[in-house]
Amino acid sequence: MAAGNRTWERPTVFPRRGMKWAVYAGIVGFFLWSGVGVGADPARIAQGLGSAGSLVGDFLPPSATPRQAQRILDKMLESVAMAMVSTLTGIVLSVPIAFMAAENLSPKPLYAINRGFISVSRAFNAIIVGIIAVKAIGFGPLAGILTITFKTVGFFSKLLAEDLEDIDMGSVDAVRASGASPIQTLLYGVVPQIIPRFAGLSVYRWDINIRTSTIIGIVGAGGIGSVLLTAFNRYDYQYVTAILLAIITVVLVAEGVSAVVRRRYN
Amino acid sequence: MAVEQPSWDRFDRRRRITRFVLLLAAAVSVIASWQFMDTGVVRPETIPREVGDLLTRMYPPDVAYTTRIVQPLIETVQIAALGTLGALVLAIPVALLAAENTTPNGATFWLGKLIVTVSRSVNTIIWALFFVVLFGSGPLAGAVAIVFRSVGFLGKLLGEEIEEIDFGQVEAVRASGASQAQVLLYGVLPQVKPALVGLSIYRWDINIRDSTVLGFVGAGGIGVELFRAVNAFAWQSVAMVLIVILGVVVVTESLSAYTRGLVR
Repeated sequence: MAAGNRTWERPTVFPRRGMKWAVYAGIVGFFLWSGVGVGADPARIAQGLGSAGSLVGDFLPPSATPRQAQRILDKMLESVAMAMVSTLTGIVLSVPIAFMAAENLSPKPLYAINRGFISVSRAFNAIIVGIIAVKAIGFGPLAGILTITFKTVGFFSKLLAEDLEDIDMGSVDAVRASGASPIQTLLYGVVPQIIPRFAGLSVYRWDINIRTSTIIGIVGAGGIGSVLLTAFNRYDYQYVTAILLAIITVVLVAEGVSAVVRRRYN
Repeated sequence: MAVEQPSWDRFDRRRRITRFVLLLAAAVSVIASWQFMDTGVVRPETIPREVGDLLTRMYPPDVAYTTRIVQPLIETVQIAALGTLGALVLAIPVALLAAENTTPNGATFWLGKLIVTVSRSVNTIIWALFFVVLFGSGPLAGAVAIVFRSVGFLGKLLGEEIEEIDFGQVEAVRASGASQAQVLLYGVLPQVKPALVGLSIYRWDINIRDSTVLGFVGAGGIGVELFRAVNAFAWQSVAMVLIVILGVVVVTESLSAYTRGLVR
């Protein structure tokens, strides 16, 4: 027996070597097919990137007339206001849905319905929800509030439900054993266990909502997005840059505030 | 003499006051926001009726419409795949710049951070507006928009992974006389490979969702069909497109969760 013949192979996730190469070949083939489908030929990309140089010149420097600056400010305030209101409405609606979507607290059929709702809300991009909201109730910030509220409910109740599933059922049983009614059990057994996460999640979602509210104006649902789309359509690229700078600033401030608050709570 | 009763409070006075002030500030800003928008909801009770009306118009979904959305759907999947691939290629150097332990100097570190920040604060749809101007409308602009949006996400998270690697191994490879490229290839890469694969798949999953809306600004994919149907008020077709998107997103999400489970 030649002990020296033992070889070592790097471990992989694939059960057989042949399968590994088949999967790799499949992936490469898929990307090539995608490249053809999307029309990504190198000449076109080179041409586009070549014209990028001159186009960047059109975008710089950022500029806005006093009237345009005032418009940015107004619409940006509208974006932030939409985010504020819909964070509140979203969270208020999420709480009952989260309780009903927690496997340990909710009966099976109710659990399935609420999980389904959460999946639907999470699957659709805010822009898609925005378009439908605009068609249903008309242009303006109300459609935006409805959109962001809907998206918030999907996100917030999913994460809150997962936290509820992780709680210590021992303390819930203890409260129940002391003769508490179902409502008291929720209030004193469940709620104190999730309050810190609740606060952290709310601020996190507020931050995401600020981002969303700056773009859904593109479909007419209120906020700064409408100004951006108009500026693009008028080829007023220096104004576009000014709007983008305003958006980036607001997003960064919101992200900073959210990070500071969440660090204090966790 | 009465024994002093020990008392217990959940919070001391300072924390109670801070809490109250914060809650009050939040309440005031929400009310002020509502006032500011001046949405003029004269009859808020009509909203459920309007939404209900829309839902009845969507039923039943137009099944015959599926044949028209197969091609745009494939295009959406292709945009997401190419966008993720391109982002991965660009994100590796960006991550090396943005990680404190592999970046050559302070200036490059800040350059990495700047790329990550700008890429992440600009939404996909805004990147798409930009690239439609550059490349003309069509899926190519969409794919490039996905690349530029995803670079920041991948660069940031991959950079954080690189910051956590064991530098002993890197030193060992360097001590054996490896060149700079070999150090990266044999010292750094093997340590972040699982994270690299996991993050790419996670981002691909997000990109599928993002690429469903690119069509609105003319950047290809199923969004084109969706917006055409919405503008034509063809609500039954809209319902069909929405169902198809829901199906694709659910499949993608479970595929992504399964594969990430394999590499973890």
